Amino acid sequence: MSIKQISVFLENKPGTLNKMTKVLAEHDIDMRALSLAETKDFGIVRIIVDDVFQATNVLKEADFVASLTPVLAFAIPDEPGGLNKLLDAFTEEKVNLEYMYAFLGGKDTNHAYMIFRVSDAKSAENALAARGFKALTQEEISQI
Amino acid sequence: MERYYQEDIECAPRERIKAIQDEKLLKQVRHVWENVPYYRRKMEEKGVTPDDIHSSDDLYKLPFLSKTDLREAYPYGLLGVPLKDCVRIQSTSGTTGKRVVAFYTQEDIDLWEECCARAIMAAGGTNEDVCQVSYGYGLFTGGPGLNGGSHKVGCLTIPTSSGNTDRQIMFIMDLKTTILCCTPSYAAYLGERMRELGYGPDDIPLKAGIFGAEAWSEEMRRDIEKTLGIKAYDIYGLTELSGPGVSFECSAQGGMHINEDHFIAEIIDPDTGEVLPEGSQGELVFTAIDKKAFPMIRYRTRDICMLTREKCSCGRTHVRMMKPKGRSDDMLIIRGVNVFPSQIETVLLNQGYAANYQIIVDRMNNTDTLDVQVEMTPEMFTDNLGEVEARKKALVEGLKSMLGLKANVTLVAPKSIQRSEGKAVRVIDKRKI
Ligand SMILES: [Zn+2]
Repeated sequence: MSIKQISVFLENKPGTLNKMTKVLAEHDIDMRALSLAETKDFGIVRIIVDDVFQATNVLKEADFVASLTPVLAFAIPDEPGGLNKLLDAFTEEKVNLEYMYAFLGGKDTNHAYMIFRVSDAKSAENALAARGFKALTQEEISQI
Repeated sequence: MERYYQEDIECAPRERIKAIQDEKLLKQVRHVWENVPYYRRKMEEKGVTPDDIHSSDDLYKLPFLSKTDLREAYPYGLLGVPLKDCVRIQSTSGTTGKRVVAFYTQEDIDLWEECCARAIMAAGGTNEDVCQVSYGYGLFTGGPGLNGGSHKVGCLTIPTSSGNTDRQIMFIMDLKTTILCCTPSYAAYLGERMRELGYGPDDIPLKAGIFGAEAWSEEMRRDIEKTLGIKAYDIYGLTELSGPGVSFECSAQGGMHINEDHFIAEIIDPDTGEVLPEGSQGELVFTAIDKKAFPMIRYRTRDICMLTREKCSCGRTHVRMMKPKGRSDDMLIIRGVNVFPSQIETVLLNQGYAANYQIIVDRMNNTDTLDVQVEMTPEMFTDNLGEVEARKKALVEGLKSMLGLKANVTLVAPKSIQRSEGKAVRVIDKRKI
């Protein structure tokens, strides 16, 4: 199961990221992961949250432009070569990576978590599952 | 093969057109002097009488009429004939709330419809065509004008009026409509809808479209032509002057021929009112030389454009007006180039942004700067930074080709542009502060 990433448009000026985190905080939305891509006048912040539906709504109400993107999340054993094995599978299956970012689990300290944005989440997921790499579900992410 | 509704007059030698204009103008000035006290007073204030007008070369001596005059004279002040001789009104909303009400005698309507018939035939129409009029009917001149023109040509006329898109499409497909008349934005929308429904340009029976009543760009024309598989023709008009058909495009698609046997066009400097030589860009002014019920003399349209008498490949000899660039009341001059907010808006809408933008003009080191802030929309946003950047670059390119000027584009958050009474404040000219 791919999970939903929320991508948010941010103007590149002081306080805009803070304005967004404030909206989420006020509504008790927990962020699992965050990554920021920026140019000199705007940025895109990508977040994984515990409650996608509510987060999207409150962001919209606060006049943010946000979109949902299916991404793949994997738990990787926190040991040498962990990420490498997974990326080998990506290469062998010719999965085209657009971007990726990592985050650490809360209670679980034995795994690192990686988010992958690929062009076709569904077929990538099936191909990787066949090689023994099972993507995390939305449910599993919420429980980390 | 080029088709004409009235070839004899549409392709008449210049001298003959001039002679017609001279004769009709003299009569019209006398008519107005005798029957429209409002205009007679304006002439007296300027010290002009009908005796000072010997030909159309003396037109410049006459006073202008403007939107303000229409407002002051509302509703009957500019009426040229007794009400019993009028058979219809058409009306449009003015910019300041008061409506413009234009009156027509039967002859006025006939000549208006003839102008529309010329436009339809210039778009290739004959009595074998099926012409769907999807302009609004009613007080708006679009529907009634093209409807009348279509009858005069002898087309099978489908008076769908505007709206109800799926029904429009049903008629186009079932009755094999060949000519579509509507606003360009509606044509674009219809095209989108037809594509969604799976109709390609080869399935659609349309061959031509006559689109007017709002500004549209060359880019939009090409898009519409591609989606619907047609040739798209521009048409221009104002309720004050009759309605659509004051000028229209021919197969050359290089400007709209003004029906000079009914209207005399001038280009003036919007600030001084001085008549400018041919080829200059300025405000378009019209004198209706035939209309009796609502005889507009030197009516200032506020549209900024250019006239050309260069020979047209279609064979028509009437002067052509280029697509209006914008309105004289909101023109900006940036680095010597005339820029209209409407041009910027056209590019934004064509590329999928909303019309929420702000133009900031400033001067740095003696050079004007142009900044355009555009609000991001859900439609134009994706999680891919490169894609958003590419779309922004396309916007900068689009603005450059429309304005002939490089603009600095900034994408900003929704609703971040300052609004006044719900509308975004379009222009901030810091050079004036
Ligand atoms: Zn022509």
